[in-house]
Amino acid sequence: MAADTDNVADRVARPAAQPVHRPASPHEAAPATAPAPPAHGQQHPIGLYLKVWGYLFVLSTLSYLVDYFQLEGPLRYTLILAFMVLKAGLIVAIFMHMAWERLSLVYAILVPPLCLGTLVLLMAIESDYTFWTRIIFLGKGP
Amino acid sequence: MRPTALNEAVDSVPPAQGWRSVAADWSSDQEVFKKVHWGKAMMWIFLLSDTFVFTSFLTSYMTVRMSTTAPWPNPSEVFALSVGGHTLPLLLIAIMTFVLISSSGTMAMAVNFGYRRERRKTALLMFATAALGATFVGMQAFEWTKLIVEEGVRPWGNPMGAPQFGSCFFMITGFHGLHVSAGVIYLLVIASKVARGRYEKKGNYEVVEIAGLYWHFVDLVWVFIFALFYLW
Repeated sequence: MAADTDNVADRVARPAAQPVHRPASPHEAAPATAPAPPAHGQQHPIGLYLKVWGYLFVLSTLSYLVDYFQLEGPLRYTLILAFMVLKAGLIVAIFMHMAWERLSLVYAILVPPLCLGTLVLLMAIESDYTFWTRIIFLGKGP
Repeated sequence: MRPTALNEAVDSVPPAQGWRSVAADWSSDQEVFKKVHWGKAMMWIFLLSDTFVFTSFLTSYMTVRMSTTAPWPNPSEVFALSVGGHTLPLLLIAIMTFVLISSSGTMAMAVNFGYRRERRKTALLMFATAALGATFVGMQAFEWTKLIVEEGVRPWGNPMGAPQFGSCFFMITGFHGLHVSAGVIYLLVIASKVARGRYEKKGNYEVVEIAGLYWHFVDLVWVFIFALFYLW
């Protein structure tokens, strides 16, 4: 993920780089008429969140329609997984602000779950073995 | 090697002893996540561990579903609701999905308004998020009741097919519902602090974003449960 080079990162980095207003001491009370200290942290237009919200609604509706129209076979599984991954990506990248975090944090969080794929693969092989063992020795099969 | 001035300065500091030495040696004045609030980094690491917990549940569900020789109950029919004589598949689950996604939307906007230092809007949106979360838990309680009382699903068996269906369902959705309930309490605590102006003095609304991370994660887990348990 080249978050450091794309335009979005530039747009976000500039406001974040502004010096944070800190009172010199806790006793330095700001006058009531003084403007509020500049906002800091991540600043994105509200429209971005509304847009992502809309996308999530559309994707959820689409995955519901997969079930509603009773699609079967590889088409069903492909669509379910595709919508799932798209929704998860939108939530993590935009709502959880992962798209704007430093790469060291991104990798620290997103790389370890990759080893879960190994667990899934191993257990898939194992359960296939269990299934055929049951069919052959327990005689409960079709 | 001839000691330099810097080496002498470093060596003159007495090394920490006991448990403090462990922390001092491992940190060694290093900071990995630059400009990231420590609470945010810790919340991310907690969420990473929670990812492993939920993936373990989903993987064991995959294992029992793939290895059972009994037919798996069709979730589309089990979770169908009849509205006005029409049977709609998975209707309640779809509504629950939209409720949770909406709560994620309001939470994301609460974080945004927090960083703009708009206290009232932040608190209101957080309370809205908590209300949507509570709605979700309520609908889940309804779903559980329907499944236990009307369909006769138990953790050890059910009339529709593979007995593993019940244990997977109660374990996975139960653990997720527990997360949502804890999240609602967490959000209410932070939201009331925001409303009382607890974070106004420092002008630091990082706490809202940290609570938001947890809430979005709960929504994220539901995305996977919805796809892998209900739709598969």
